[in-house]
Amino acid sequence: MNQIITFDAMKLVNETWHLLKKEILLEWRSKYAFNGVLLYVVSTVFICYISFNLTPGFSGSNGYKVVWNVLFWIIMLFASVNAIAKSFMQESKSRLLYYYSIASPQAIILSKTIYNVLLMALLSILALLVYMVFFTNTLGDPLFYFLTVLLGSLSFSTVFTMISAIASKAGNNGTLMAILSFPVIIPVILVLIRLSKNAMDGIDRSLSLGNIGVLFAINAIVITTALLLFPYLWRD
Amino acid sequence: MKFIYQTWWKVIAVLMVLSTFITGLLFKVPHLPIIHETIRNLYFHVPMWMGMLTVFVVSVYFSIKYLSSGKEEHDLAAVECVNTGLLFYALGLVTGMLWAKYTWGEFWSGDPKQNSAAIAFLLYCAYIVLRNSIDEEQKRAKISAIYNIFAFPIMIVLIFILPRMTDSLHPGSGGNPAFGKYDLDNGMKIAFYPALLGWSFIALWIATLRYRIRLVENKKNDN
Repeated sequence: MNQIITFDAMKLVNETWHLLKKEILLEWRSKYAFNGVLLYVVSTVFICYISFNLTPGFSGSNGYKVVWNVLFWIIMLFASVNAIAKSFMQESKSRLLYYYSIASPQAIILSKTIYNVLLMALLSILALLVYMVFFTNTLGDPLFYFLTVLLGSLSFSTVFTMISAIASKAGNNGTLMAILSFPVIIPVILVLIRLSKNAMDGIDRSLSLGNIGVLFAINAIVITTALLLFPYLWRD
Repeated sequence: MKFIYQTWWKVIAVLMVLSTFITGLLFKVPHLPIIHETIRNLYFHVPMWMGMLTVFVVSVYFSIKYLSSGKEEHDLAAVECVNTGLLFYALGLVTGMLWAKYTWGEFWSGDPKQNSAAIAFLLYCAYIVLRNSIDEEQKRAKISAIYNIFAFPIMIVLIFILPRMTDSLHPGSGGNPAFGKYDLDNGMKIAFYPALLGWSFIALWIATLRYRIRLVENKKNDN
């Protein structure tokens, strides 16, 4: 019995690894998602930069730091919805059928999630760098802020991957993706904004541990339910 | 499923809720600053959430059953439970807002508990929208069952876990004592526990009625 379980786990890891390699390879060849979302982020940041600078003295005002933090997360939120909504749409129906015949559904959702986590982690770090060029701000605890951004991209990816799987089955429209994902993502973004505000103000790290715990708990819930439910979802 | 056609538990539920009108409104309650007599809202506000939770749990149960059996009636039971749950949700919000008006000064003061409840309401409204967006019946049943199971733990985190971690004024959150601390020494239990049970069963009763109406409608459409 034990042998069977370890064999299954090995098989799952193996399949996930191969599918993940395929995702990365496809992305590497076209660089469509990466370039697209990067351009999206950079142009949004630039639009915000121009718009906020219409008010003279904005960067010296009292609320600047709060706006800086919130604006960054809102940009990241919309960038990740756009990036991840595609993860099931770009696959043609017959290709999906082929995957399902060669791999287990858990491997498919896991590989998609891991791929999105990697993509979003890279993109959010780049986005943060671009953002900091335009909107100058001194971070109290830069390392912790970067960690929060990575945690944020992890949470966005897990939630949006599952939601995009549901939305893609229900007719693939963007409205549905937004309606379904926003109630789920609001608690995540609340925790993230609180966490990053603490990091920005340089508040002692031990005070933020509870929030990190909540983030990991939400991620664990989402990943478990995704693994349990996806096998029912893909069957037509 | 014979349970839903039986009468005894409905009678008990009605009696329990009726009893709280007397015990809840007339019995002695502890005198606390700010809250004063509004503490009696405990008997009417908290049971709404209990009723909502009961039907949502039942709805998740039937969603899981639908995924394994594929029977249409399980889907109907799940959706009618969510509909009833939304009614109790609204009642819970309204009773809470009335209470907040007299203790916090505003119907809506942006308290974390209120905000979380509003977000969780959106979560279940999204369930209804998702259902309406799919035409094919079996596909609709399957996808909404999946979303329902997915939404439930998120709702629990939103309403029962997150507000406890932040500075909420709501009793039981952010270091404020919950009512459970007082009712132990003051006999508030006599009114509170029957109210919880009574309203939960009333919620179930409403859900079963709606479910039975849907079954009849379905039969009529098939013929």
